[in-house]
Amino acid sequence: MIYRGEDIIIRTISRMLIPFIQLYGLYVIMHGHYSPGGGFQGGVILGASLILLLLAYGYQDAKSRVPEKLLTVFSGVGVFIYAGTGFLCLVLLGNFLDYAMLAKILHTDAAHARSLGILSVEIGVGMAVMAVMVSIFLDISTGGVLPGEEEEKQKTAEEA
Amino acid sequence: MTVPIDLVLQIFIIVCAVASIVVKDLLSAAMILGAYSFFMCIMWAQMGAVDVAFTEASVSAGIGTILFVAAVMKTTRRSKD
Repeated sequence: MIYRGEDIIIRTISRMLIPFIQLYGLYVIMHGHYSPGGGFQGGVILGASLILLLLAYGYQDAKSRVPEKLLTVFSGVGVFIYAGTGFLCLVLLGNFLDYAMLAKILHTDAAHARSLGILSVEIGVGMAVMAVMVSIFLDISTGGVLPGEEEEKQKTAEEA
Repeated sequence: MTVPIDLVLQIFIIVCAVASIVVKDLLSAAMILGAYSFFMCIMWAQMGAVDVAFTEASVSAGIGTILFVAAVMKTTRRSKD
């Protein structure tokens, strides 16, 4: 199901739809602390848009936009942003994830510092969830061996 | 006569839940489970838990169905019934 289909209707509709899905995912992440939604749901929506790209165009054509190394980097950076915000509060003599301590470096009052702190945590969660969802889908739909990598694995197996 | 919407939703949810267990074809079972998640999402929203409904719609009805279908595509049909 990861190979390129020949249906032009599916490809055209998903090409038109994907930017709006991603915009909605960013909206859900950015308004997570005011309204329903948040980093997890917005990250899932962003991941679903990339999965739609992979389903409609196949891995061979879409891997320049969704490379697997970039997914690994994104999941690591997302967790780093989340944990880094918590440890930054720890460094600023507060508790872990005590956003009010961020007021010292953001030059605002405690309420605004709490709002910005939860926003940065949700951005980190959204990045990590998006990358992990797409890599889980890639692993399940290909059985761990991506298309185009079978020959390389056979070569290394023959050499060894 | 007016029918309360939560009664209709509950009937749909129970029908989808039983059907996804009973049906033989794995792809149909995954699809019916997606429909079950969608009705469950409407049920959460009707009960006022909008955040839970949002999570149910995006995670269970969206990603969960895709992962089930991707896993079903890797299986082969062995039994003949």
